[in-house]
Amino acid sequence: MLIKLVEHIDLNEAYAYLHSNEAGAVNLFVGTVRNHSKGKAVVRLDFEAYDAMAIRQMEHLAKQAFEKWPLVKLAIIHAVGAKEPGAPVVVIGVSSAHRDASFEACRFLIDELKKTVPIWKKEFYQDNSVWVNAHP
Amino acid sequence: MKILLFGITREITGQSRIDVPAQAGVTTVKGLKSWLAQQYPAMQGLTSLAVAVDSEYAQDEDVLNPEHEIALIPPVSGG
Repeated sequence: MLIKLVEHIDLNEAYAYLHSNEAGAVNLFVGTVRNHSKGKAVVRLDFEAYDAMAIRQMEHLAKQAFEKWPLVKLAIIHAVGAKEPGAPVVVIGVSSAHRDASFEACRFLIDELKKTVPIWKKEFYQDNSVWVNAHP
Repeated sequence: MKILLFGITREITGQSRIDVPAQAGVTTVKGLKSWLAQQYPAMQGLTSLAVAVDSEYAQDEDVLNPEHEIALIPPVSGG
């Protein structure tokens, strides 16, 4: 599996890694920076990670996905640092013999990543900024 | 006992690492959370606050060993 934190996401790298003659499906989810949040214009996001733990937790999720579905390959790549609207910030990729497994595993991985992987984003608006999810 | 800080907890304390003095008597995850709440009242306003030991989530009753890498995990927001 390919699991890493990077400054810049390379979608081609993820696809090249996932491609396999054994697979009949490659599912790639790309999370990107949206230019608005709760009615405010977003000018930038800053991503911060607890690197060692983020990698460990992503490995746990990958292991769970391999146990739940018959997957060929799996990639989780998350960006850190400053990202502007439109930029890719996370790539979840899965290849499998048939499409159901790759769709389901991809969904599982991004949903669980958002719950457990120690990565934080700060949203910057024109006038201020907030750590997303920090306060109720 | 040294504690690593990230995101909003780093901003609340103004440091990326804090030292819990031995006289604070902190021995468990729960004890650490209580000490933090006293020292940094703003921590109580967070949606949640978890503690990690050697890159794994710890439970409130877990005993903390200063030899391990201990970190605060405020609400995550990756993806």
